[in-house]
Amino acid sequence: MGAGHAHRLYRHGHSPVHGLPPHTKLAATFAFVVVVVSTPREAMWAFGLYAMLLAAVARTARVPARFLLKRLLIEVPFVAFALLLPFVAEGERVEVLGLSLSVGGLWGAWNVLAKGTLGVAASVLLASTTELRELLLGLQRLKLPPLLVQIASFMVRYGDVIADEMRRMRIARESRGFEAKGVRHWGVLAKSAGALFIRSYERGERVHLAMVSRGYAGTMPVIDEVTASRAQWTYALTLPLAALVVCLLGWTL
Amino acid sequence: MHVPDGFIDAPTSAVTGVVAATAVAVSLRGARRELDERTAPLAGLVAAFIFAVQMLNFPVAAGTSGHLLGGALAAILVGPFTGVLCVSVVLLMQGVLFADGGLTALGVNITNMAIVTTVVAYAVFRLLVKVLPRGRRSITVASFAAALLSVPAAALAFTLMYAVGGTTDVSLGKVATAMVGVHVLIGLGEATITALTVGAVVAVRPDLVYGARDLRQRLRLRVNGELVDAPAAEPAPVASRSPRKVWAVGLVTSLVLAGFVSFYASANPDGLEKVAADHGIDKKAEDHAAADSPLADYGVKDVTDARLSGGLAGVIGVGVTVVAGSAVFWAVRRRRTAHPADVSPASTSGA
Repeated sequence: MGAGHAHRLYRHGHSPVHGLPPHTKLAATFAFVVVVVSTPREAMWAFGLYAMLLAAVARTARVPARFLLKRLLIEVPFVAFALLLPFVAEGERVEVLGLSLSVGGLWGAWNVLAKGTLGVAASVLLASTTELRELLLGLQRLKLPPLLVQIASFMVRYGDVIADEMRRMRIARESRGFEAKGVRHWGVLAKSAGALFIRSYERGERVHLAMVSRGYAGTMPVIDEVTASRAQWTYALTLPLAALVVCLLGWTL
Repeated sequence: MHVPDGFIDAPTSAVTGVVAATAVAVSLRGARRELDERTAPLAGLVAAFIFAVQMLNFPVAAGTSGHLLGGALAAILVGPFTGVLCVSVVLLMQGVLFADGGLTALGVNITNMAIVTTVVAYAVFRLLVKVLPRGRRSITVASFAAALLSVPAAALAFTLMYAVGGTTDVSLGKVATAMVGVHVLIGLGEATITALTVGAVVAVRPDLVYGARDLRQRLRLRVNGELVDAPAAEPAPVASRSPRKVWAVGLVTSLVLAGFVSFYASANPDGLEKVAADHGIDKKAEDHAAADSPLADYGVKDVTDARLSGGLAGVIGVGVTVVAGSAVFWAVRRRRTAHPADVSPASTSGA
């Protein structure tokens, strides 16, 4: 909590991408991913162009390549799944290095890998250039129901508090000589989870009372209304528009 | 089980997105009924709890460990509506902040992991609590069964989406066997942890467990040496908002999707139709009995443009679905409003 409510993916900076209003960035990222997903998988060169577009954004945002690549690791479970696809899929098969692989499965694996990786990279870029509070403001600006945004904001604000509470409970358990080794110890862990729920719920009640005593009546006052000028929208939407051109080329060529 | 981008094709993702948005809208209204103005802080803190408890590792054996998914737990602890909201918010934040699960697959993820698990878990839980004798042990047993079934149910829902909009041609049997097989195992772990956790909370603060509301004893006062039921506090009337707006928005979205998106989606024949076209285009295979119906083959008769007719058929289909759905909804609502009137005298005399 000491780091100004920054989340783990955020990288502080003052690049043009950092400075864009959050809702334009959210809209641009979402539009970009939609365009990528609707590109035909046979147009392999298109995905290379998309990757170059993202690399250009990363460069403008001064996000180092090493940082970006490290964050891509979150995808690993699905990479494993994608690598399985050529072995189990139906259809005509080809021999590659002595293995019988399905052609459809290979295309499917490529499809999942390419689109999944680009999607993750786009999300990572968004998260690493946008502060948490800004993201919530952006979601609100994009007309997400205010109640949902409030719930999300409470979740991210108190997520660290609750996680810290859980960490303290773990330290308390360990300092008393407890070590979870297997299924037999689930009871203890589940009791901790139960206690954590009670503490979270009671904290929610206290937070609500504190809010009511400060005049809360069901809606949060909007203090900093974010607005975007036409130039900023144009700047943010350059990415999805460029991607759209690539996508259209992919469909026609 | 977070599905990434590109795993399910665009039209299916769009449809699940609409399903997820509708369910979240319904849950927002329902949660406000469950928690009134405390919704934001309480649901937010419970979402934070779900988020944190997903990081709690339960060691299985030598090195491997599992963690809780939380759909069933949320449904039993805070109720189905708030549960759906909390898990959806967790998924939304995971997608936006941690790039876990694709942005376009958000609808798929929310439908699977927030809606299907929570609704199935709560339905099973309610049913078992009704059937089993009243008591704490029944709550634990019911939570076990609810969580056990909720995880394979989500796996089945995913298989269904894969059947409709999967991007790779894997035989459905294989997908279903693999998904359900793995998730039955995961479900066992989930069930044990959920039951233990619910048991722990019921033992300490049974009043906080939404699913154990029936266990609550009515307050009784001793007046002149005689036990008398305390007068129940009048529940504050909840300001009801017109559902018309939500309804209209949902209708318009589905119409746009059905009419406009299918315009593009139907441009390519699907796999089965393509095979049929390749192999039997001249043979004029035997037609389906309904082939002469005005909406046969997702197209409107006498409209020659294939895309336009596909779109029209989509719009008509949505219309029919809405009418049928509304009929069911009204019937259920009628019963529910009639229900409390029958029950309340019986429960007061029984207490």
